[in-house]
Amino acid sequence: MSRQVLSDSDIARSLKRIAHEILERNHGAEDIVLLGIPTRGVPLAHRIAEQIEATESRVDVGSLDITPYRDDLRSQPMRAMERTEMPLAGIDGKVVVLVDDVLFSGRTVRAALDAINDIGRPRRVQLAVLVDRGHRELPIRADFVGKNLPTSRGERVLVRLAELDGTDTVEIEDER
Amino acid sequence: MKHLLSAADLSHAEALAILDTAEAMAETQSRQMKKLPTLRGRSVVNLFFEDSTRTRISFEAAAKRLSADVINFSAKGSSVSKGESLKDTAQTLNAMGIDAVVIRHQASGAPHRLAETDWIDVPVINAGDGTHQHPTQALLDAFTMRRHLTGAMDGSPAATGADLAGRTVAIVGDILHSRVVRSNVDLLHTLGAEVVVVGPPTLIPVGAESWKARISYDLDRVIAEDRPDAVMMLRVQRERMSGAGGGYFPSPQEYTRAYGLDAARLAALPDHAIVMHPGPMNRGLEISAAAADSPRSTILAQVANGVYVRMAVLYLLLASDEGLDA
Repeated sequence: MSRQVLSDSDIARSLKRIAHEILERNHGAEDIVLLGIPTRGVPLAHRIAEQIEATESRVDVGSLDITPYRDDLRSQPMRAMERTEMPLAGIDGKVVVLVDDVLFSGRTVRAALDAINDIGRPRRVQLAVLVDRGHRELPIRADFVGKNLPTSRGERVLVRLAELDGTDTVEIEDER
Repeated sequence: MKHLLSAADLSHAEALAILDTAEAMAETQSRQMKKLPTLRGRSVVNLFFEDSTRTRISFEAAAKRLSADVINFSAKGSSVSKGESLKDTAQTLNAMGIDAVVIRHQASGAPHRLAETDWIDVPVINAGDGTHQHPTQALLDAFTMRRHLTGAMDGSPAATGADLAGRTVAIVGDILHSRVVRSNVDLLHTLGAEVVVVGPPTLIPVGAESWKARISYDLDRVIAEDRPDAVMMLRVQRERMSGAGGGYFPSPQEYTRAYGLDAARLAALPDHAIVMHPGPMNRGLEISAAAADSPRSTILAQVANGVYVRMAVLYLLLASDEGLDA
């Protein structure tokens, strides 16, 4: 059984608000680099970039694969590596905003911070997520949140995005 | 897939998984910080019973860039020269708690033996066995062809999932003794390419008719009629020229005239065709300096790509305890 918690228009509104909050927090779009975490963080980063571009100016967008930095590689089935695409101007001295679909344990973000550390030295790193479902296992919090979603640990949060799945929706699936 | 023993074992999906992972690895190697933490705390043994410089160094670089510890074992000056068997060597390494074996052996089938027995229970990667297989060489060659013969065709990263359907590859030279050619024929066929093996009749093995490749004795005709997208020149081992070495052909000069890639044959290739060589080269014998140093030569790119491909193989076999399930 699954129930919808965000519709396509909810998602659009959340991303629009996140874009505005990013601009507000950083006093404009200067030096901002949006890095999406594959898979679903990447289209989200592009959508937020479009919103920022519509209100202020163009920002760099890239993707950051964190697979080789995960702490659960051994215990999980093999994960395919995804492509990392860094903006030509790099991230040194920039304000990097990491973008992911769901914030859960915080371990993905921990891995992303390690990956960033190997790629360059941004001036600041911030985190934007579409859904924060709680149950953190590390001292990590998001700077920009689309929706706080109280969940139980066994439930699954399913994010579907038009670019990859043909439709925009966030659903919660009950534990089996 | 627990081991990598033969290019023939790879399905289309598995081969593409390795090539796509290698592209992701390549991206990480353009960073200032080249080392990934992925295989921290794991140790890989390079078990080399036969001389090799580039393959061993390439595997060593790949393992180290993934933060694995590397133990190099070469048969020379080791207990093997005192008469230790493969079984005892393997069991000794097993007792030391290593996590993977990269093996090169002069005997065809040695890696299979290691993988199938209970001497040691870790992934085995074949780095060349006798005249049988050299799967990571075929993978790095395919990776190079994917970058130079698909998409932008300029050596930039290939698209995820791209294969080599419709491409024609000529492999030229000592087909008889080459494990590189056997692995390449298997993998290129899996990836949809057409292969022509070219060499003097004395250097084409009995049974090659059953390979998934056409056979030709005439390089000029292959260049003119098949219009290959890639020509891969194999090293001619000098020791095979004399009567004592088997007398496979009358003289180096005659070999070069019939099968060497000289300036004229280079010019006769299609404009987009690339020149490949697994190294080490005999300049002036199977390949002219003009061809080896031409802009169409991918010989140095092959060396760089070898590290990415071996990183991918080590990652896919070692990162998860559950192994590759493609």
